[in-house]
Amino acid sequence: MDKVTVGIPRAIPYYDGGEFWKSFFQQCGINVLFSPPTTKEMVDRGSFLAPDEMCLSMKIYLGHLDYLEGKCDYLLVPRIDRFDDTNQTCTNFLSFYDLAKHYFKTPILNYNMDNQNDLLDAALEIGSSLSIPGIQILKAYEIALEKEKEKKKIRNQKQLELLKEKQKKVLIVSHAYNVHDAFIGSELLKLLKENNITILYSDYFLSEDTNPLASTLSKKLYWKYSKDSIGSIPLCENVDGIVFLSTFPCGLDSLVHELVIRKINKPYLNLVIDNLSSFTGLETRVESFVDLLEQS
Amino acid sequence: MGSYSVPIYYLLTHILENEIVKPREITSNTIELGSKYSPDFVCTPFKYTLGTMIESVEDGANILLQMGGGCRYGYYHELQEKILKDLGYSCTVLNLVSGGKRISYQELKKYPIKIKKRHFLKSLIITKKMVFYMDKMDDYIRMNRCYESEVGSFDKVRKEMLIAFSKVKGLRDLKKTYRKYKKKMTSLPLQIPEKRIRVGLIGELYTLMEPAANEEIEKLLNSYGFEVKRYTNVTYLLFQKKRKVRKYLKNFFVKYRMGADALDNIYHTKELCEEGYDGIIHIKSSFCTPEIGAMPLIEKVAEEHDVPVLFLSMDMHTSKVGFLTRMEAFCDMLEMRKE
Repeated sequence: MDKVTVGIPRAIPYYDGGEFWKSFFQQCGINVLFSPPTTKEMVDRGSFLAPDEMCLSMKIYLGHLDYLEGKCDYLLVPRIDRFDDTNQTCTNFLSFYDLAKHYFKTPILNYNMDNQNDLLDAALEIGSSLSIPGIQILKAYEIALEKEKEKKKIRNQKQLELLKEKQKKVLIVSHAYNVHDAFIGSELLKLLKENNITILYSDYFLSEDTNPLASTLSKKLYWKYSKDSIGSIPLCENVDGIVFLSTFPCGLDSLVHELVIRKINKPYLNLVIDNLSSFTGLETRVESFVDLLEQS
Repeated sequence: MGSYSVPIYYLLTHILENEIVKPREITSNTIELGSKYSPDFVCTPFKYTLGTMIESVEDGANILLQMGGGCRYGYYHELQEKILKDLGYSCTVLNLVSGGKRISYQELKKYPIKIKKRHFLKSLIITKKMVFYMDKMDDYIRMNRCYESEVGSFDKVRKEMLIAFSKVKGLRDLKKTYRKYKKKMTSLPLQIPEKRIRVGLIGELYTLMEPAANEEIEKLLNSYGFEVKRYTNVTYLLFQKKRKVRKYLKNFFVKYRMGADALDNIYHTKELCEEGYDGIIHIKSSFCTPEIGAMPLIEKVAEEHDVPVLFLSMDMHTSKVGFLTRMEAFCDMLEMRKE
């Protein structure tokens, strides 16, 4: 029998768990196909499929799924409701599966995470639908989790070292799926690097550290990824400036970033990206922000 | 929130010793005030409620009550409180429901709220019943107002009923009042034509229930001579939704709950189509995330049953004329299909 191929889109859920699923499937002897970094075609394709008002990140997610359509045996599409009651997700995460099923014909490998189901349940769900023996699933799960942890630790260590540097430092507060996306974040990162600015990512810190710290800025916040990202602000007190990066029209960031901006007293840049953003406009805004940092 | 201010005001005046400030009705001034101080691409209910809050604080309120839902609605209160404080008002915004849980009594005690222990339960039951009666009456009005012989007769009775409701003394009194006005309402003369056109109204809850946010769409449809059916009301949201959602997930092509009322709306679309409704109007505030996720699926269901759907997205920039044009075009189309 030929090896089964599972397609994983390099968009929203990839940035929290993509590595885990990659090593998990490898341990189980299943091929993994990642979609390439976001291209303009994917954005256009996603925008064509989705309703107009859907957020750009979600459009990109659909674009990636569309790229993988027909190129693999299964698409990995989760449905993530919450990790616990104070760590929920955006409602888009709840509709991944049903939307993907509506738009695409490739069979879907689906796992569900909510109050009752954690990552282990998800791994068991996926494993059993591919009829992998239980012991192998558990073994693969352990190894994959260990590998992911190790990677996160190294990332975190690097960040902490960067914090001690003397250069001008900027913290990017954003969801991982925005700042690391090739379409949304890459221009900003390139511009900052050209200006010799050290970049710290809010999502590269460990969630265990940042998540509890979020309450210093917002007591009643109940979204996991927002908590993780704004929790990095009290952690990085000696950065020179903060960049808030979000996509249009992100429901969570529209409220959370506004609240945080009202509470911090540091230079900040609030960037909202949509699929019509012009590069020159971005350049002007980043340059004036960098000038501001150099004067302070 | 629309006419629900009557039961809410009734409840608060009966269970609290604090002075209650009745919010002003939403006008264009409220909306302008709210949008001026809101973030740009937040959903519209935030702007409307913020505007009302500013007005109420100016009228002397210092504790504002806000509810929560299954989307970013539950987080409104924290930012709204911060905005109000930055504007120089001293007040607290108290969220009664957050993360799907009701506020605990211990937490409530921290605020300067005095609850009357006497008649507490009684007032609660009366309010629940009052909302129930109101919703029942409104359902009847939506179905029949389009056939009234004398324009405005339904609205007049409804207004009288609400005034009478606000003065009821007990449960029995409430029941008596309701029966009286129900009789009055059902005895109003009707002119029912042969061809009846029925439209289902679904969408996001705030825009559906607040007439100021939806340009009084129900009245408009009724004035065209269309019957209107709407599922979403307070009775549904508070007392029936939980039970019904479990039913929706059985034998349905949608596998999971999709946040807020998205699943409900998809299911209702199917129900409306199967009941033979002539058209469906989906209305929401701009950028309402859960509803945007539901829209492709609503479209799919309606297409399968060959029922036209009109998607409306409302915010303070919606021009009345543009809105009317779209509505008229849709309604003309429905009439032509019927012939």
